[in-house]
Amino acid sequence: MKLVLSSSPHQHVRRRTDQVMRLVIYAMVPGVIAQLYFFGWGVLIQMLIALVTALVSESAIVALRKRQIGQALQDYSAVVTALLLAVSLPPLLPWWMTVIGTFFAIAVVKQLYGGLGFNLFNPAMAAYVMLLISFPAAMSSWLPPGELAAHAVSFGDVVSVIFTGFSQSGYDINQLRAGIDGVTMATPLDYVKTQVSQGYTYSEAINHRQFTDSLWSSASLGWSAVALAYMLGGLVLIQQRIISWHIPASLIAGVAVTATFLSMINGDVYGSALFHCINGAVLFGAFFIATDPVSASTTPRGRLIFGAAIGFWTVIIRTFGGYPDAIAFSVVIMNMAVPLIDYYTQPKVYGQQQPVKQTQGEP
Amino acid sequence: MPYDFEQIVERIEQQKFWAFPGGVHPDGRKHLSNQTAINTLPVPKQLVIPIKQHIGTAGACLVSVGDRVLKGQTLTSSPHPFSVPVHAPTSGLVTAIEERTTAHPSGLPELCVVIEADGNDTWTALKPIADYQHQTKSSLISAICEAGIAGMGGAGFPTHIKSTARKKVEFLIINGVECEPYITADDRLMREFAWQIRQGIDILSHLIEPKVVIIAIEDNKPEAFKTMQQVCDDTPAIRVVQIPTKYPAGGEKQLIQVLTGREVPRTGLPADIGVMMFNVGPCYAIADAILHGKPLIQRVVTVTGEAVQKPQNVWALIGTPIEHLLSQAQYQLKKQKLPTVIMGGPMMGFTLPTVEVPVVKITNCLLIPAKKELNLSQRELACIRCSACADACPVSLLPQQMYWHSKALELDKAEEYNLFDCIECGACAYVCPSEIPLVHYYRKAKAQIRIQRDDKDKAEKSKQRFEARKARLEKEKQEREAKHKKAAAARKQATQSASGEDGGAKDKVEAALARAKAKKAEQAQTTENPVSAETQPDDNKAKVAAAIARAKAKKAQQTEAPAVDSTNSAEDERKAKVAAAVARAKAKKAAQQTEQDSTANATDSAPAESAEDARKAKVAAAVAKAKAKKQAASGAPTESTAETDDDSDSREAQRKAKIAAAVAKAKAKKQAAEQAGGEPQNPEHAPAESAEEDDSPEAQRKAKIAAAVAKAKAKKQAAEQAGSEPQATEHEPAERAQDEDSPEAQRKAKIAAAVARAKAKKAQREAQQSGSEDNE
Amino acid sequence: MLLSSLIALGLLALAFGLALGYAAVRFKVEGDPLVDQVDAILPQTQCGQCGYPGCRPYAEAIANGDDINKCPPGGESTIKELAELMGVEAKPLDAAHGEDAAPKVAYIREDECIGCTKCIQACPVDAIVGAAKQMHTVITDACTGCDLCVEPCPVDCIDMVTVDPTTASWQWDFNQTPRGDIPVKVIS
Repeated sequence: MKLVLSSSPHQHVRRRTDQVMRLVIYAMVPGVIAQLYFFGWGVLIQMLIALVTALVSESAIVALRKRQIGQALQDYSAVVTALLLAVSLPPLLPWWMTVIGTFFAIAVVKQLYGGLGFNLFNPAMAAYVMLLISFPAAMSSWLPPGELAAHAVSFGDVVSVIFTGFSQSGYDINQLRAGIDGVTMATPLDYVKTQVSQGYTYSEAINHRQFTDSLWSSASLGWSAVALAYMLGGLVLIQQRIISWHIPASLIAGVAVTATFLSMINGDVYGSALFHCINGAVLFGAFFIATDPVSASTTPRGRLIFGAAIGFWTVIIRTFGGYPDAIAFSVVIMNMAVPLIDYYTQPKVYGQQQPVKQTQGEP
Repeated sequence: MPYDFEQIVERIEQQKFWAFPGGVHPDGRKHLSNQTAINTLPVPKQLVIPIKQHIGTAGACLVSVGDRVLKGQTLTSSPHPFSVPVHAPTSGLVTAIEERTTAHPSGLPELCVVIEADGNDTWTALKPIADYQHQTKSSLISAICEAGIAGMGGAGFPTHIKSTARKKVEFLIINGVECEPYITADDRLMREFAWQIRQGIDILSHLIEPKVVIIAIEDNKPEAFKTMQQVCDDTPAIRVVQIPTKYPAGGEKQLIQVLTGREVPRTGLPADIGVMMFNVGPCYAIADAILHGKPLIQRVVTVTGEAVQKPQNVWALIGTPIEHLLSQAQYQLKKQKLPTVIMGGPMMGFTLPTVEVPVVKITNCLLIPAKKELNLSQRELACIRCSACADACPVSLLPQQMYWHSKALELDKAEEYNLFDCIECGACAYVCPSEIPLVHYYRKAKAQIRIQRDDKDKAEKSKQRFEARKARLEKEKQEREAKHKKAAAARKQATQSASGEDGGAKDKVEAALARAKAKKAEQAQTTENPVSAETQPDDNKAKVAAAIARAKAKKAQQTEAPAVDSTNSAEDERKAKVAAAVARAKAKKAAQQTEQDSTANATDSAPAESAEDARKAKVAAAVAKAKAKKQAASGAPTESTAETDDDSDSREAQRKAKIAAAVAKAKAKKQAAEQAGGEPQNPEHAPAESAEEDDSPEAQRKAKIAAAVAKAKAKKQAAEQAGSEPQATEHEPAERAQDEDSPEAQRKAKIAAAVARAKAKKAQREAQQSGSEDNE
Repeated sequence: MLLSSLIALGLLALAFGLALGYAAVRFKVEGDPLVDQVDAILPQTQCGQCGYPGCRPYAEAIANGDDINKCPPGGESTIKELAELMGVEAKPLDAAHGEDAAPKVAYIREDECIGCTKCIQACPVDAIVGAAKQMHTVITDACTGCDLCVEPCPVDCIDMVTVDPTTASWQWDFNQTPRGDIPVKVIS
């Protein structure tokens, strides 16, 4: 037998890309359970639709590009993208929108840029932004958290709404969204935004069932629990060294600092740091979205800048922009800046400083 | 802000260290081989000693095949400072000095001395230096060099270069870190030979005079640490420290950073920041070399991995085939998936292409992994830019960017990302979840960049040489022209002085007459424009003719060679070769003779002419050679010899004929001038007959031209004088040349043509000379 | 009104003229850097296979618009670099000027050399040493492998030999490496 030749190192850590991706999926479990609890079966259906679409479109595109399908699917990156997108979508989003979004994420955002590792944008978030711009109404049609909902939505209803637009008992999505007080429920961020724009103060705005029934005053019922569940998964990822602490920490800090700054200027109009951090997708985005290795910055300093900037933009867009939440926009904006950040934050290479002066003449 | 000496020493006292960025924690697996004492191997039957086992220049071989060598005898030497010798590891017979595969990942052969051991293991005379404290530093350093000590892991940097301290050294660091997994050679060496290592350190301290000596050992080797502490606790200037285990803490730059917080400048050396570092292996070897006089002929090698029954450390002679070590450690092929032998550790070692590779000075470990021991498979996936590599890099590089650019062959960009600061430790590839062989890409890129640089350097050098040559040729040309002018002036003077005499110096008169005639001939030529145009490039034509002849000869050789093969026997072929050789020799001789003639001739003609003649003679020689070749190829040995004889004779004759012709013409001219044109000699005919081989149409044409010139000349003479006879002599051949009826006539025409051409050439040359004379 | 506008325009013209004049002097381009740049890319073998007497004349020709694919010693990489520099499409090597081959150096079979000095005269980089009727030899380091000495040799004693890879020039291509067997006998 001929001797085998290979290049050093001959040893590798036994954690491969597919394992990394699988661990990310496992880390999503607490968040998904919380979502199921508060928002019903819709999440699961959306995940299923997105998963199937992602695998089919990934295989198709890879086949078109004449690469090995098996190898492309093996890395689980398409699965992760599909799941991240699915949990971000309103649970009762019509199925075809999910399909379009997932296909866009896989085919356009990832594969058209050259496949895994070459995509400039975070596929899930780019697709989310695309859907949000294309279908603004549908994309903000969240059900009220289970305890506040006027109608109990069964599994059959969920499937029916997603695929036909009407529940088994004939309600459409807007009727289902009605709260127990009979008023259509907006998402907490949306609600506060509307209230503030109508002349109420921030503290008046959060004096609402959505917030008062919750753990503490500025956290919204259901939403904050889901966010905290995702954070739990994210902390496990950090502990497992799947993601580094840089981006989540700096992102949350970016949100907190910007929000504190604004609320110090005018606490009546601008929400507190806690309000911004605990509501919406900040925690989910900090641990699962912004940490996507492909589209994030790669240098240690760069990651801090990247995270902080996302946090900053999130608060700015939430406060002054047209949309209630802005993690997706901020991530996509900062994705564009990554090459620049990376270029200017290159670490100092060993030995590149000025040579140490010889301590000559010393006794 | 770099720390100063006191601060650093204080920190070291407190066992506080700096950390280098990145680093990884691979499974050390050192217990496999560090449990047993170092074993001594039986001397193998045959040893293969590569003559270059270090970075720098290889020495010249001092022994030759068949020599008997003694153990420790020097095999190579070099006056180059960046060179260390190699020594015979045992006594025996030099059976070969040839290229063999050596310990290099490429497996490309390098020059080796092969020694057949005689089994006696007889030492050569040793010269120990017991009182090294009283010796000069330079003598100690040269003793270290003579012992062939070079780095004993990694690149193999000559130790004597390092120990020649030119700058003040604060820290002498003894590196016993051995951070690479599996390897325990230094560990065992420190445990068992601590005292000798200490002696080596003392010698180095004596040479380098550091303020403090630090022996650094990773904290996974407590026994070695304890032993080293015991042998060093009498000297406060030596501190033994335990540093945290992290790969690659044993890298020179990393260890310096850990111990002193200083960074070696990228273009500098550790000495620039007051640090010098040696591994424990060379310390042991230095003690051996100075105190015992023994050169570096053996070293400790770890043979380990789960595919050997008895992992262990062994004292192996340099040059021992690793086959020998494998069988000693009881290698088991069936435990491996695919046969793999790694020289060095799993992080930086390289796979061996054959097991006949010898142990060399840098061989610290042989790793033979079992099936699932190492993750050898490199199923390369796409890079997901996770930057785990950047986090692991001990030099703070961006491995990912370097990988993109190296892979895309954007070498300049890879270099911009500090590719050459990469120490190839393998930490990045170790952590890569996509199992990308990052270091392999860097190595390739580095090799390509180096080759590109070499090419650029070479191109630059070639350009300089080309330009220097151009300048030289230009200068030579100018010098030649200046010389021509000078010579012409001298000649003019000579002519003037000679014109006063009647017939005293006959040569001079002749020359003068010849020139005078040439002048006239030239005038004649200028009246007939086409003629002058034809005769002008006569020299060139001679060259062209020679080239044509040569080409013909080559062609003939090519076309007839197969014919010879098919028809003649090998014997004939051999004869042909012999004949060819004879012919060549003759041709050379002829060329020499011609040249001698020309030099002889040069004494009575102008010096400028001799240069011209020499060139012509060369051309003639070349033609003769070509002819010789042709005849040799035609496969008629005896004839060819004869013919070459003729040839060379005829060449000579032709030359003589030319001279004679000139003389005769001059005489004739003289007679004519004296109005005694009755019996002009025409000696041209007799020698010209031998010139008959020039039968190309070109020659015929030339002959015609020459004839025309001659006619013109004759006419002019006739016009000037009444002499009709000389005209006839020269007129006759010309007419015959035009007459192409009978073969006889043709033959004669040819002869005449040759003669005429010779004359024309000479006339032209003289005309040129006189022309330059006129210019002055 | 007309006068003032004329004056204004005149002043403007004057100002721009001065600025342009200053720029022309201040940022004057010395020599023809393009030729130098092209020359720097060419391999300097001086082989003349391009049809020009040396690399610099070819560089001048390229700068004046000649094709960039006439340099066999440079090969594809040189063409690529030239294409980049000149902003033209890289094209395959023009086969009329020879083929891109592995680097070679001249080698004189010394026992056959007659010392004619013809190769010395032919060598564009003075890489052959020797004197009349003395044996000649090639300085391998300086030889550019241009082939120009082969033709003039009257006794055909010059060979072009390919340069073998050494451990120093190895580019980590394991496929080049001859591999041996593990002898099965060592199994115990």
